[in-house]
Amino acid sequence: MSLSRRAAMAALVRDRGEDLLVVPGLGSTTWDLAAAGDDPRNFYLWGAMGGAAMIGLGLALAQPKKRVAVITGDGEMLMGLGALATIAAKRPRNLALIVFDNGVYGETGGQPSHTAYGVGLADLARAAGFADSIDVLDAPGLAGLAERLRALSGPLFACVRIAADESPRVLPLRDGVALKRRFRAALGLKP
Amino acid sequence: MNGAGGATDWPERLYTALKRADVRQVGYVPDAGHARLIARCRADPDINDVALTTEEEGVALAAGAWLGGERAALLMQSSGVGNCINMLSLARACCFPVLMVITMRGEWEEFNPWQVPMGSIVEPVLKLCDAEIYRARVPEEVDGLAEHAACRAFEHERIVALILSQRLIGKKVWTK
Repeated sequence: MSLSRRAAMAALVRDRGEDLLVVPGLGSTTWDLAAAGDDPRNFYLWGAMGGAAMIGLGLALAQPKKRVAVITGDGEMLMGLGALATIAAKRPRNLALIVFDNGVYGETGGQPSHTAYGVGLADLARAAGFADSIDVLDAPGLAGLAERLRALSGPLFACVRIAADESPRVLPLRDGVALKRRFRAALGLKP
Repeated sequence: MNGAGGATDWPERLYTALKRADVRQVGYVPDAGHARLIARCRADPDINDVALTTEEEGVALAAGAWLGGERAALLMQSSGVGNCINMLSLARACCFPVLMVITMRGEWEEFNPWQVPMGSIVEPVLKLCDAEIYRARVPEEVDGLAEHAACRAFEHERIVALILSQRLIGKKVWTK
């Protein structure tokens, strides 16, 4: 049985510690992160499709003592596959790229994504140069991923197979300037 | 290479301006016009140089850098501007600073006609994306414009394009 997306997100950010910064992709993973509990160290995306991983890279390079988790969907990742090569070449130790893969574009009517036809994101990441790239298929695998995230010595890529059912939308703040300012303030930066 | 103030030292002037502005991340898609500046950034231990597969990655990189308290600059050729358009929505929606340093193709003595379609619309496209545009035509303008562009980007959280005219960069040599 596939993992529930909400339970998977909750498991990854539970007891997150002071040092975990999270960038979800637009759409479902942003709703999942909001449902897991709001936090100023979440930078929710309402757009910028294909950009989540690279936002994570810029953040990880700027904050080498923090852990950065990009948690996005398969469609969002597919739009920015070049970032796999860019990140793998840069090898940030504090960045985890986690994809919730349900094989569909959930926000737009459930059209099949490329992963539904066999494109393997963890294989792509491995070929790009992520030495640590895993598929997560079940609850023990998810627990293992949460553990790796806690002791991150990345870069880490994980493709988490989740069920394709839709969860109710939980909408976080959508004022981008406000999200940016509170995120920076949480890091002790001038908002 | 000429001495200070010479016609070919503008990459050095740009590098100095980026350092003065405390730029710590430089994203780039390799470009002949930016070759010397890229080499300087790559050799600098205080700059994280990030080779991009496409320019839009750099817009997202700059946003992430700013979230984390660092300043980023993006080096690209004019053709890369077209690759950035949708991702610039991120900068507009959140007021992220984006400092783009753009080498022009498709204008002065361009040999390759395929460079003209994008090169000819760089400025109007950037204007539509709400970018401020500064264009350097001669080496003597580069310092001042670069300093101003960095100030506008980072102090005022703006999208800023510093455009380097093809005439400033010089002709690409097609036969060696």
